[in-house]
Amino acid sequence: MNVHLKFLCTALLGFSITACATQSNQLPEIQQRDVSGMAPPAVKAPVYVKPVRVKPVEREAVEAIPAPKPIGPKAGTKEHFKHIAGENRVYFGYNRYDLNVQSRDVLRLQAKWLKEYSSSILVVGGNADERGTREYNLALGARRADAVKAFLVAQGVAPGRITTVSYGKERPIDGGSTEAAWALNRNAHSAVLIRGSS
Amino acid sequence: MRIFQSILYKLIIILIGACLLGMTAHAQLEIDITKGNSKPTPIAIPDFLSSHPQTDQIARDIARVVAEDLERSGLFKALDPTSFLETQTDINYQPRFADWRLIKARALVSGRIVRESSTRLKVEFRLWDIYGGTQLDGIRFATTPDNWRRVAHKVSDAIYKRLTGESGYFDSRIVYISESGPKTNRRKRLAIMDQDGSNPQFLLVGADLVLTPRFSPSAQQITYLSWETGRSQVYLLDIESGRRELLGNFPDITIAPRFSPDGKHLIFSMVSKGNSDIYVMNLRSRSTQRLTTNSAIDVSPSLSPDGKKIVFNSDRGGSPQLYIMNADGSNVKRISFGDGRYTAPNWSPRGDLIAFTKSDKGQFHIGVLNAQTGRAERILTSSYLDEGPTWSPNGRVILFSRASKGASSRSEIWSVDLTGNNLRKILTPGDASDPAWSPVLP
Repeated sequence: MNVHLKFLCTALLGFSITACATQSNQLPEIQQRDVSGMAPPAVKAPVYVKPVRVKPVEREAVEAIPAPKPIGPKAGTKEHFKHIAGENRVYFGYNRYDLNVQSRDVLRLQAKWLKEYSSSILVVGGNADERGTREYNLALGARRADAVKAFLVAQGVAPGRITTVSYGKERPIDGGSTEAAWALNRNAHSAVLIRGSS
Repeated sequence: MRIFQSILYKLIIILIGACLLGMTAHAQLEIDITKGNSKPTPIAIPDFLSSHPQTDQIARDIARVVAEDLERSGLFKALDPTSFLETQTDINYQPRFADWRLIKARALVSGRIVRESSTRLKVEFRLWDIYGGTQLDGIRFATTPDNWRRVAHKVSDAIYKRLTGESGYFDSRIVYISESGPKTNRRKRLAIMDQDGSNPQFLLVGADLVLTPRFSPSAQQITYLSWETGRSQVYLLDIESGRRELLGNFPDITIAPRFSPDGKHLIFSMVSKGNSDIYVMNLRSRSTQRLTTNSAIDVSPSLSPDGKKIVFNSDRGGSPQLYIMNADGSNVKRISFGDGRYTAPNWSPRGDLIAFTKSDKGQFHIGVLNAQTGRAERILTSSYLDEGPTWSPNGRVILFSRASKGASSRSEIWSVDLTGNNLRKILTPGDASDPAWSPVLP
């Protein structure tokens, strides 16, 4: 800013000195000029300077991040089982009890966990959607629970550690009567029981 | 001559009239209950007579319950008491039949209560055929005052039997599952009520997932499924004594228990390696015999009344269908051939029909088919979810569960007669399902 002001003042001073010097001499003759054909000079907007302020930047050191806390449930717990396997349920098609690729992936992780935490036992509960009669759905739920058990046993989990139950259509996780709700309710749920705790 | 002629004509007319009257008098009142949608028979049931203030209310209540029983059967229409022309003050005289004919009553029930002491009363009634002008029945029951409802049902049963030729079913009970709580966390408790929905009460405390109770056809004993140990197991319960027993304690999942008609055996499904098969247990020796070995689902067995055949549900053909086999498991043959899925069969106590649940194109139905041929299928009901038919002791009425759609769905018990008429909801204190009819009380 100061630099600009100084320049302006110097320029104005220089101009006034020159003007004074000219005044002291003979006035020049006024030349007659025909201005009829000329356009009037354009009016220009006054020019002024808009100062641009530079904001100061302060600077200081960034604190160090403390070491991250471990996330996820305690190893060997029911929560840990679900955390490791990603899901504690696998889902089935309408009136079906075969395991799809996704279900097999989930069950492989369940089996891995079960083998690692060998004091745990598993209760697999088979469930069905509401579009079937009570007893048939109990039989279907039993089929689904057993499909899970058979897969886990094939993965190396001792069969004696796995109990199957069937709830038929009695334990829906979604109470709705939509395709989406029915798809959720056709499942087998793996519940881990840790020996020594309930 | 002219006068003689007119007298002759009059005589002829009177003679013809007398003949016609005589004919109607001989055509005794009989109601055919095999025809669907027949017009209900008008019956007059005035308040029973009471000679003591203690029995005044009971006298009115008995007449009301008898009227409600008979109307609920769909076969009778109880006439409005304000239309009655004769007020009987003594039931030991013939009613004025002309007065009852005028209001189009076909039958009249006149009854009274005789109070013998503060703890004992006698209830007697006479059933009159109004057009025949004869007494059809007259019975006296003795009981305690608080047991008046059962007496009313016994009166209803006697009237039903005398007028239809079939045994009644009003003095009977329904064991069922009382439901409460949200659909995703449903509490299902074992309960019992009278056949008309009165006197509902819980039978078990502390068991919150109980399903498929069934009566012994020969006793006041039930079998049911409960998860109280964490898995489904079959129990026996004697209603009179309250004695309860876990049956078999099999290591595997057991489901779908049902008594044999003689009450001596229990037939059920047991799951082994995911596969459910049908077994029969001798309740005296407790020996168990396996009846099916198919790798498909075999469930919901029900014995014929003669105990010789079993109808059951199997998906061995690719979809759930009904099959019949001999009681020893031999000679299996499929009997359902219609569209859709057939489940939950139940053999009629009369032996001629099998009731079932059918699901087809998003709807559930209760239906019946001929037990011998598997043909003559009749669909009786339709809704989002009808299931689990159970027969009245006389095989004329079917009770079933009906549930509506959605997260706030209601579960109800409905009745329909085997012609598909007289569809009614049974009033229960809350949501209810899985009804099973008792035999008529002794």
